[in-house]
Amino acid sequence: MSGLRAALRDRFAPVRAYFRLHRSLGIVVGVLLISIALPLITRVPPFDGIQSTNAWANAFTNAAIYATLAMGLNVVIGFAGLLDLGYAAFFALGGYAYAFVAAPFTGIHLPFWPMLLAGGVVGAIFGILLGAPTLRLRGDYLAIVTLGFGEIVPITLMNSDKFTNGVNGISGIDKPNIPGILQFTLINPWPMYGLVIALFTVIMIMIFRLQDSRLGRTWDAIRDDELAAESSGVNIVISKLQAFAVGASIAGIVGVVNAAKLTIVTPDQFRFSVSISVLAAVVLGGMGNTIGVATGAFIIYLFQSILLKQLNTLVGNFNIPVLSDIDFLQFQYVLYGIVLVLMMLKRPQGIFPAGRRMREFAPLKIGKRGLK
Amino acid sequence: MATASVTPTSAIRLVGSLRLPSTILIFLGLAFAVLGIDQFVNALTLGAIYALVALGYTMVYGIIELINFAHGDVFMAGSFVAMFISKTLLGSTGGITDLPLLMVSVVVVLLLTIGFMAIVGAVIERLAYRPLRRAPKLAPLITAIGVSFILQNIIQFVFGPTIMTVPQLVPVEWAIQVSGARVPLLNLFVIATSIVLMIALQLFISRTRTGRAMRTTSMDRDASSLMGVDINRTIMITFLIGSGLAGAAGTVHGLYYGNTSFSLGFESGLKAFTAAVLGGIGNTVGAALGGFLIAFVEVGASAFGYGRWGGAIVFSLLVIFLVFRPTGLLGSHTGDRA
Repeated sequence: MSGLRAALRDRFAPVRAYFRLHRSLGIVVGVLLISIALPLITRVPPFDGIQSTNAWANAFTNAAIYATLAMGLNVVIGFAGLLDLGYAAFFALGGYAYAFVAAPFTGIHLPFWPMLLAGGVVGAIFGILLGAPTLRLRGDYLAIVTLGFGEIVPITLMNSDKFTNGVNGISGIDKPNIPGILQFTLINPWPMYGLVIALFTVIMIMIFRLQDSRLGRTWDAIRDDELAAESSGVNIVISKLQAFAVGASIAGIVGVVNAAKLTIVTPDQFRFSVSISVLAAVVLGGMGNTIGVATGAFIIYLFQSILLKQLNTLVGNFNIPVLSDIDFLQFQYVLYGIVLVLMMLKRPQGIFPAGRRMREFAPLKIGKRGLK
Repeated sequence: MATASVTPTSAIRLVGSLRLPSTILIFLGLAFAVLGIDQFVNALTLGAIYALVALGYTMVYGIIELINFAHGDVFMAGSFVAMFISKTLLGSTGGITDLPLLMVSVVVVLLLTIGFMAIVGAVIERLAYRPLRRAPKLAPLITAIGVSFILQNIIQFVFGPTIMTVPQLVPVEWAIQVSGARVPLLNLFVIATSIVLMIALQLFISRTRTGRAMRTTSMDRDASSLMGVDINRTIMITFLIGSGLAGAAGTVHGLYYGNTSFSLGFESGLKAFTAAVLGGIGNTVGAALGGFLIAFVEVGASAFGYGRWGGAIVFSLLVIFLVFRPTGLLGSHTGDRA
């Protein structure tokens, strides 16, 4: 076994060395391969029996949206060490920003592509507005303030009937299109799949580059020892604010895509449980590890939307007396709860711990790639 | 204050000690004048419930600096447990008009619920929080959020996702006349229960040996440990008491509103936490007063036609206080903060 692994490692050593030098290209190739492989896998049994390929594509699109959100939240929690419990609020603001200018409700129909960026700007603005006064607070107080903000936003959206159509939300939101080439529709999930995968890739590359930048190292310093970082000349508030703004703008961008995908936004889509589901993905994947967090989101999404749904139909088919009354879908929340509690108690570094964090936990161990 | 330039005479000291009570009286008078007696009594009743829940937040925060996110759901679970006990023991009755029987059944339901929820709280502490006591501060907070979700789901699983009817043991039609207005006895019962429990808590904290251990532990855990305080036991008792009070709050909430739902804990919990912050977190008197204040804000908002904004107003207060005055109105009793 180990001989095989070593042989494989030697065989692919040049490839790995190449992609270590050109990491962004590596991410593009990796995501591309996975995004082609996933729909192919769903065509073979037993996966093809679960749902149609189109439905799978839709599920993968949702999973990728969720994973992108998790990567964004990971910038705030994993990189800068700030617990943000109101992340769904920025997601909501991005979605509503697009819905407001691209739906029959207001009669304005701005094109999708510039609004994608505008959603990021909206997110960043609100991130800074919330962060500026609050980032001086200690960690747990900050968590509660963001939680309060996360509740205030949906309540405001729900009650400002004049601007947001209240509880019913804004529907009939424009789908994106590339004039003359491609029109996105509700029936064909593939263009949206491509768009979301592309967005996922771009954001992942940006986050990786950000992590290695001066700013990224600043976040590391702050998370490890705020006092030491400050004494070494790091402007703590500005750096934290940047982390908050980056995280919020990612949520804003994803919010625009999500609104365009669902063609409807309602306040109920952005409740506290959404923030917590993203947090669960971050905690499961391993705070600070971008790829781990994306994988964690993927696992949680598939678990809740495929496995639990399957359990429902399975139990329904077999007519097992007590079990068939249970709606397994309602267990998705207990899933978040169990993930949070068990991970914190048993494996706080996550299932895929960030390399740097591992070295923090075990400073004397030299990793596989260390000291070369 | 050692730096005070004037030595306080006894008269000044008397005025100083009367400042808080007189502020409260003036506030109550104003609220009464603005709201009218019906809304005033409603606000007091709601405040009594918030105050009981807020006490649990503030005690736990005071002693281990953990925002016990699951506390709101302990309160929610308490309302379900009370409903279950009262339905099992008494059947789905409405009001009990026989006074001695009523008193016995209410006390039995209340005590059983308090006891059960106290044990639940202590178990949560033992399983979920104690292993993380030396972990980074955010770890137990994340665990607490997880526990909150798990509690909600257990209740939803056992009792179903619909709004449940709770037997209102105290007859809703009983009322006394106060200057022409009708004040239901039910409201007075809720307020009285809450005040009795709060006074008992104050006596316990200030007079007993365990209460003293709780106070010293929240001041300096290591030093109290060196002085022979059993820290684990003290923290567990704090959870027992806090969760027991939440159970009492759940009981009276059910009696008062006549219904409960599994999603009750999140919003009420956050409001009660706001109350604890308003009163100065770690400060039990402050938490109780904060509970009433939040209730007045909420009832006031709905009296002026902004009922739908009640939650947003309270959470804005929470954000504003945490940012600008994290020690609350009365000052926090914890050491290092914000």
